[in-house]
Parts: sequence; structure tokens; C-alpha cells
Amino acid sequence: MTRINDAIYEIISLDTLANRNKWVNRIHPLIKLLVTLFYIIITVSFNRYDIIGLLAMIIYPILLFGIADLSLKDCLKRIFLVLPILIFMGILNPFFDRTPVLYLGIQTTTGILSMITLIMKGSFCILASYILVATTKIDDICYSLSILHIPDIIITEFILIYRYLSVLLIEVNRITQAYSLRAPNQKGIHFKVWGSLTGQLLLRSMDKANLVYESMTLRGYNTNYIYLKRKIKGIDWFYGIIWVLLFILFRRYPILLIAGGIL
Amino acid sequence: MHMADALVSPAVGGTMIALSSAVAAYSIHKVKEENDPKKIPVMGVMGAFVFASQMINFTIPGTGSSGHLCGGMLLTALLGPYAGFLTMIGVLFIQCLLFADGGILALGCNIWNMAFYGCFIGCIIWKFFMKDGMNKKKIIFASIIGCVLTLQLGAFSVTIETLLSHITALPFKTFTLFMQPIHLLIGSMEGLITSAILIFIYEVRPELLYLYNQDNTNRFSFKKTLVVLMVITCFIGGGLSLFASSNPDGLEWSIEKVTGSTEVESNSSLHKTAEDIQKSTAILPDYTVPGLNDSLGTSFSGIIGGIVVISICTLLALVIKKIGKKIQNDTN
Repeated sequence: MTRINDAIYEIISLDTLANRNKWVNRIHPLIKLLVTLFYIIITVSFNRYDIIGLLAMIIYPILLFGIADLSLKDCLKRIFLVLPILIFMGILNPFFDRTPVLYLGIQTTTGILSMITLIMKGSFCILASYILVATTKIDDICYSLSILHIPDIIITEFILIYRYLSVLLIEVNRITQAYSLRAPNQKGIHFKVWGSLTGQLLLRSMDKANLVYESMTLRGYNTNYIYLKRKIKGIDWFYGIIWVLLFILFRRYPILLIAGGIL
Repeated sequence: MHMADALVSPAVGGTMIALSSAVAAYSIHKVKEENDPKKIPVMGVMGAFVFASQMINFTIPGTGSSGHLCGGMLLTALLGPYAGFLTMIGVLFIQCLLFADGGILALGCNIWNMAFYGCFIGCIIWKFFMKDGMNKKKIIFASIIGCVLTLQLGAFSVTIETLLSHITALPFKTFTLFMQPIHLLIGSMEGLITSAILIFIYEVRPELLYLYNQDNTNRFSFKKTLVVLMVITCFIGGGLSLFASSNPDGLEWSIEKVTGSTEVESNSSLHKTAEDIQKSTAILPDYTVPGLNDSLGTSFSGIIGGIVVISICTLLALVIKKIGKKIQNDTN
């Protein structure tokens, strides 16, 4: 069950990365969340034939990966996960959109250009969301969501799912491992035990939820999550404004072509 | 079915976030109305359970492949539509942030495609089957039909959202033909797995299932369901038929290649008579209403067609129900 192990590893590694004391990690979570959202909106808004313009957007992930000391290898796994869907959506563009075009001196078709930009947009957005979660603790993301007036019930739900997730994943891993040891050479769970195996887990989880709820209530829980409030400092504003201005600049002008012309 | 950010334009992504937020706001209001604080932690655990159990590979008998359970339908059957919907939002948010399964901008689309249909349309199906009490057969039918229908609607929405975002050059018809059959298969498998789990719960702890202890005030309303189905039909038949391709379909295309026209000409008297009868009886020739302009005519045809099909199905269902009751009375 490598998928479960991978998921557990992913949660632990992201948590470790987000808890580091790097400069980017200390930036206010709301600013990082808004910068990420703005980056994604700007990235997907590029014209589907504008490869060079879109390429300028890679500057943000490249710089942030360096500043936050993140490994591209870990993030590539995420990109490979989404790549088949993007390729599926984009691969037929060259067949249906065959208008010939001369792009940067190369004879090609608009379908090929749109396929390339689709894959680029998808990859850049994943890089941006990875930067956000690898430099921001989940509690801090929830805090920034509460500043944005996202209802408490949704944020509490999100935190609870996140907290229970690793516990349940470990439990699922244990169950499936025990099953595969008793049923060697079997790819998955046999249909005769679909209900009982998962149903047992479900019942145990629900009982656990009740126990957790009772113990939480005894400790003063009243369905609202309490966050450690943080003030947005000058450096946070500076970080946010600089990136927003840069993204607008990348969107308005072909920075790479201008830079190439100067050089 | 998780959509990545690159598959939606900011306009489509923003619109879907607004729509999903409206449904979420209504669901929050309904959950708060229930005033059951115990439900919140249970929703959290259920969300984690759905996520964790989706990691389990269930062997599909007779094939070498495996499937996983359908979260929306399972949550509806256990928590009800409103709490289920909010739980699914949490699951989708975790999947998007931690595992890059779906994008941040596309979150509204994913909530709509998976949580909205899974929980609310799934709930209508669940209520329809459970109106006169619960049993194993009903759970199986409700799970399979619910999963298939909600996945079909979700896949169709993915097609519409991607096309409206101008992401793919695929024509509407080709794209739909790619998406719908795959999800029909996936939906059936997910329905089977979901029904297996729900049957187990029904046997061991039936009180956990939604509507198990229903009273008469909370009973399923046939009229309400019919109205909802009518609205969906008008939306799909009327609104979306405007997107229908004016190009010939596969068969027409083949005929056009062979004969040079999309319709086969025939000079025999038998064909002429049959054609005359068809022309005089067809209410909506070529899916348009005579006298109306093309797009309005197509839209109107969609609505009329949908209403006629639903009416026939309803009539058929009533006849089957009556015959079933008669057979039961005769055996008694």
C-alpha cells in the first residue's frame, strides 16, 4: 500500500517544512495566501498562445524555492500526479486546432502552443500552492481564512479532518497490511469483505470521534477554534506588494523578450 | 475528476466559487439549525475516513483493476446532505492543499462537481428509495443509481466548465463522449463499494444511517422530487442544448462522406410514404420548433423533449408500481 505510505510521508514532510524557522515561513500567512491566489489568477489568465509571456511567471517559484530552501524533487511528484490530466486535455489540441503560426521564428500550429501553455499553467499553479503549504503551517492557513471571514464551521472542519487524517491513514495502513499478509498474491481487497473491512473502520472512527468530542468538551471546546493572532508587519506588506506589482508587470509586458532585447 | 487550476479560467473559477459558497452558506445555516454540537467532530472524522478509505484498493471481480468508494453519496447516507456537503468541502480542501489533487482556483468547480451533486442529488435518490423504509435491496439500488447519476452530472459539469474556460480545442460532442462513458463505469464500481459499506452499517448499526428513524414530517415528497427533476431537465435540455454542436453526428458524418449529404435520399414509394408520415407526426422536426429562430427552437425542443421523457418515465414507474401492488394483493 505505497499510496497510503506516500500520503503519510507527504503530511509529515509538509508539516516539518512548514514548521522551519525560515524568513519566508515567518511572513504573515494571509499575505502568502493572497499572493498565491493572485499568482494563480494571473497565471491562468494568460493568453493560451503566449508561451514567452507565461514563462516569466516561473520567476516566482524559482526565487521562492531558493529563498525557502525547498526541494524541487519533492514537488515534481505532485506535478507528475496532475500531468496525465493536463496531457489528456491538451494532447488533442494540436489535432483540432491546426492554424499554422510562426512563433519566435518557428513554424508551428496554435494547437501545439495551447497544449504547451496548458501544461505550463498547470505546473506553475502546483508549484505556487506547494510553496504556500511548505512555508505555512495548516493552523496559520486556517487563521488567514478566518481573517477572510470564511465561516468557522468550515475552518473547524478542515482542521479536524487534517488532525484525524494521519491517525486514520496509519489505521488504514495497518488494516490493509494485515489483510495483504493473510491474502497473499491479491491485488486489492476482495469484494466479499468490501463492506465489513471498511465498515469496521468506519464504526471505529465514529466511536473515536465521540470519545474525542467528549474529551474536547471537558477541556472547554465550544465548536470554535481559537487562533494565536498575528499583526501584519511592514515587511509582510512589502513582500506582498512587491510580488503583486511584479505579477502585474509580467502580465502586462513581455519581460523576457524585453530582457532579451536589452542583452 | 478533480480539476486542476490550469483547466479553468478566472471567470469560470470565480463563478463556481460564488455558486459553491452560496450552497455552503445555506448548508451552514441548516446544520446550525439542527443545533447538534456533537455533529461537528463527527463530520471531521467522517471527512478523514472518506479520505483515508479512498486510499484502499478494492479489487473489481473479473478484472485486473481496482476502484474506490464514492465520498459524496456515503457522507449523505450517514450525515445527511448539509453536513455531508460541508464535510466534502473539507476533504476537497485538504486534497487540494496537501496533495495537489485539484487546484485552489478550481476549488469551487470541484466542490460543485463532486460535493454538490454527490450530496444533494445523492440525497434526493436516497430519499426516493428510503421513503417507505429501508432494506438491503434499496440500499444497493440507491447507492449504485446515486453514484452513477452524480458522477455523470459531475463529469458533464467538468466538460462544460473546461469548454467555457476555452482550455481545450475538443468539440463539445467529442469531449462529452470521452468523459461520460468512463464515468459511467467508475460510478457503477463506486456505487457497488459504497453499497457494500452501507449494507454493513445497516446490519450492525442501522441507526447511524440517514433517514433510518424517519418520521412522517420528514418523509420523501414525490412532488418535490418531480419538481427538482423538472428543473434539472429544463437546465440540461433547455440551457445546455444551446451548446449542442451543429455539426453532423458520427453516423451523419459517415453518411455525408459516402453520399455527400447528411440524409440518405431514396426514391422508393415505401420510403416516401414513411417519410410523409414522419413529417406529419414529428412535433419538433430536426429538434427545432417551426416559426422560432434556430437557437430558441433548439432550447425549446430540449425542454419539451425532457418533459416528455420524464412524463413517460413517471407514467411507466406508476404502471409498474400498480402492477407490483396488484401481484402482491393477488398472492395475499
